Amino acid sequence: MTAAGDRLGPTLFERSRPGRGGGKIPHPPKDALSRIPADQLRTEGPNLPEVNESELTRHYVNLSQLNYAVDTGFYPLGSCTMKFNPKVNEWAARLAGFAELHPFAPDELAQGTLQLLWELEQALAEIGGMRAVTLQPAAGAQGELTGILMVRAYHRSRGDLDRTEVLVPDSAHGTNPATASMAGFKTVSVPSAPDGGVDLAAFRVALGPRTAAVMITNPSTLGLFESRIGELLEAVHAVGALAYMDGANLNAIMGRFKPGEAGFDVMHINVHKTFATPHGGGGPGAGPVGVGEKLLPFLPSPRVLREPDGRFRLERPGERPSSIGRVRAYAGNAGVLVRAYAYIRAHGAAGLREVSDDAVLAANYLKVRLAGVLDVPFSRHCMHEFVASGATLKAQTGIRTLDVAKRLIDYGYHPPTIYFPLTVEEALLIEPTETEALETLDAFVVALRAIVEEAHTDPEALHSAPHSSPVRRLDETTAARQPNLRWKAMTGSQAPCPD
Amino acid sequence: MAYGPHTSQDRAAMLQAIGIASVDELFADIPAALRASELRLPPPESEAELADRLRHLAERNRVDLVSFLGAGAYRHFVPAVVDQLLLRGEFYTAYTPYQPEISQGTLQTIYEYQSMMGEMTGMDVVSASHYDGATATAEGALMTCRATHRERVLVSRGVHPHYRQTLCTYFGGADRVADEIPLVADGPAAGTTDLAALERMLADPDRPVAGVVVANPSFLGLLEPMAQAGRLAHAAGALFVSVVEPVSLAVLAAPASYGAEIACGEGQPLGIPLAYGGPYLGILACREALVRQIPGRLVGMTTDVDGRRAFVMTLRAREQDIRREKASSNICTNQALCALAASIYMASIGPHGLRDVAALGAARAAELERALAEAGAPRLHPGPYLNEFAVRVPNAPEVHRRLLARGVLAGLALAEAEPDDPSLADALLVCATEVTTADEIEVFAWALRDEIEQGRQLSLPGLADRGGGRAAGHPAGSGGRVESGPGAEAAGGRGRHATGGAR
Repeated sequence: MTAAGDRLGPTLFERSRPGRGGGKIPHPPKDALSRIPADQLRTEGPNLPEVNESELTRHYVNLSQLNYAVDTGFYPLGSCTMKFNPKVNEWAARLAGFAELHPFAPDELAQGTLQLLWELEQALAEIGGMRAVTLQPAAGAQGELTGILMVRAYHRSRGDLDRTEVLVPDSAHGTNPATASMAGFKTVSVPSAPDGGVDLAAFRVALGPRTAAVMITNPSTLGLFESRIGELLEAVHAVGALAYMDGANLNAIMGRFKPGEAGFDVMHINVHKTFATPHGGGGPGAGPVGVGEKLLPFLPSPRVLREPDGRFRLERPGERPSSIGRVRAYAGNAGVLVRAYAYIRAHGAAGLREVSDDAVLAANYLKVRLAGVLDVPFSRHCMHEFVASGATLKAQTGIRTLDVAKRLIDYGYHPPTIYFPLTVEEALLIEPTETEALETLDAFVVALRAIVEEAHTDPEALHSAPHSSPVRRLDETTAARQPNLRWKAMTGSQAPCPD
Repeated sequence: MAYGPHTSQDRAAMLQAIGIASVDELFADIPAALRASELRLPPPESEAELADRLRHLAERNRVDLVSFLGAGAYRHFVPAVVDQLLLRGEFYTAYTPYQPEISQGTLQTIYEYQSMMGEMTGMDVVSASHYDGATATAEGALMTCRATHRERVLVSRGVHPHYRQTLCTYFGGADRVADEIPLVADGPAAGTTDLAALERMLADPDRPVAGVVVANPSFLGLLEPMAQAGRLAHAAGALFVSVVEPVSLAVLAAPASYGAEIACGEGQPLGIPLAYGGPYLGILACREALVRQIPGRLVGMTTDVDGRRAFVMTLRAREQDIRREKASSNICTNQALCALAASIYMASIGPHGLRDVAALGAARAAELERALAEAGAPRLHPGPYLNEFAVRVPNAPEVHRRLLARGVLAGLALAEAEPDDPSLADALLVCATEVTTADEIEVFAWALRDEIEQGRQLSLPGLADRGGGRAAGHPAGSGGRVESGPGAEAAGGRGRHATGGAR
């Protein structure tokens, strides 16, 4: 077992001993609950773990050390933009004025946060070339839902009730078709062209009076800019449909391409990608949505408004009846948005443009360096990420992309995204981001070269990788067939530790 | 660039390796006609300047008032260890645990969260993927439609208005129907879900009901007849969805114990900052039979090839990246860091501590009820509550505004949250938690008594312009915060004068 493996420890439930912990909360009077009817009270308290603070601290610190993270190493996970998360942003979000502000605080008590949100809306609208932005959606996927619900409201407001389809390229993120379904639309999947771009002819066939919207990720999930985007937008608008831009890959194009200016009607932004808010092990995020003129009336409520006297306020309930309504409680993930705001203010316009330039430069550099190591199916310049393929390697050695990815762990790297997009065989989607030093990129190339070498000379080392991680490959089949989704065996000090 | 490592030599080396002269060439695929206009943003700032700006903005918010505001988001004491551990970069700068071999930290913490929330709710399956109480409730309601193949749910008006509105938005998108169950208008059950109306609504044979959604405690703080509502739902073949407040579950009956199949709610009270509404934690839990319907990531226990215990994301066939348009939801993210905060909070407070939090809140709320009743603001509803309740105050929104000027955030003027319910026009929704002090209650009651008396005098003919007699001080002398509110000037502008405690 490795040093990291030694840190695998018991669950909190196994650490629990009756009588441990406590001391955090004063004791209530004995009769505190006497006025509550007995049938409303629970007869037995929840079996939460009882641990003291030192045990608790070690438990979580040791668990944290089983994680790979941006703060520990290179994390080229394509389509996820795992860039550095500035520490001043963490400090700012924890300032009492931001952190302790109640979501129902009257506007006059919330002027600082409202101003921040309003200024952030302006900045994101400028970056996206959009008319206005809502910060309410809690995540990118919810931003998509918000956008498509606005599309639906737009068509309905015009009495255009037959638009039941949303067109999505087959290379799209899974959230796109899932969103269309949630918003009551049928998804029509459109195949990509051989060069990885949208197939304009296929789109022209699919577009029609039933098309409500087209959802395009640009740059695409292959890391390519859609060079035919102008013609596509024209075709979409010609049939009366709207153009949705999945802004997942905005990190490539700041200052170079403003989707709203180019003709997109609506776009969501993942602030945990482009604007460096932490990924948090999977969340929380925030998914602001920008709209053009057509969708402006339908933005979710409440919006943040600035009065002529310079004061800020939230829209009142019912103030804008054309709104699609609320998509969540309160005004948005303000705690996340503070960090995005700080990131934008730290950079300014030139700085954000440099972010995109450096992200694209690093990706192209890595792509060129890896060209002789793995297949690189699309030869034209990429944007902030590129897709490589292990198809040839597999044909020669039987080693799959999964094995390469697992072996990268032994070399000290987080693997790229694998088997996505679905349109490329044995895909590895590699996104270095702009915050990785040249030495890091070079070392990654050396590691991948060594792994490909091993595939020929010592394939077993790859089949059985990883070897150095806290645990090795997992039995996912049993996990799914006999799901164990919560600890149920806790009987205090009697619980055995299986390790 | 503020956080990047590249020197001009690095950039030159990369350009040379690519074989281009300028980075502009990499953007050649962008059609010339569609290239961006100049990006116009405020100039960049050094960290020192930025920190100043952010500190200044934070200070423009007022968080120093004596607060009785809850209404779905609650102030609680959070042990220092919670934030110390959340600041581990290994937790907060990792992503979704796609590579389980190097993500056991995140995976085990999610599994432990699922287990702890399972204990709290009594449910078998818990998803840590949901954004907040409102979206978790909407997803819970959608689960009932998928499970029963029916398209209509009934939602009590006692559910948080934002949750109802969110549910409505989600249901509208899917062409499904959400009807509201009214509240009892008067009598001993006033303000709670109207069971007779529920029974009638369930009886419509042409419009079968998939699920019944009731909150306990309700938005108005009342304890609801959950067992009876659940029985009615089940008799009509509908599922029962309970919207819960997690701290209350330390003392109140768990949803599973009264027959709910799904529990939803807002996890913010478990150690997550108020932060003007987010990021929070949507609680979504269900019985085992519904496991294929629950959206979001699930973590299961398994073993690795060496037989060591390990954790992994499982039952992935429900999810958008596999099922695409047939997925149970478009949800992608999980709310791992917020679930981690809730887990550390629950584990550090412990089961007895959590019971103390709930019981102490209930005790403080009883003190608050007595003090406000003596001040002239009796409860609006007679039924039992835990730590939040509505009081009757004539002209409540105006009184609420005036109290701000005296340093008191007097809960929520219900007219602002429920503008179309006339029975709530003259009511404040107030709460107490374990952090509410006797002094704060006294400050509030004293100021409220004064405002109510002012209002009474002003409403008498001939006295409306008399001004005077309004006291801004406080007998407990708890300090300057009482007089320094942002509305002080506005109050003066209405021709009324603070007279320093003379009554």
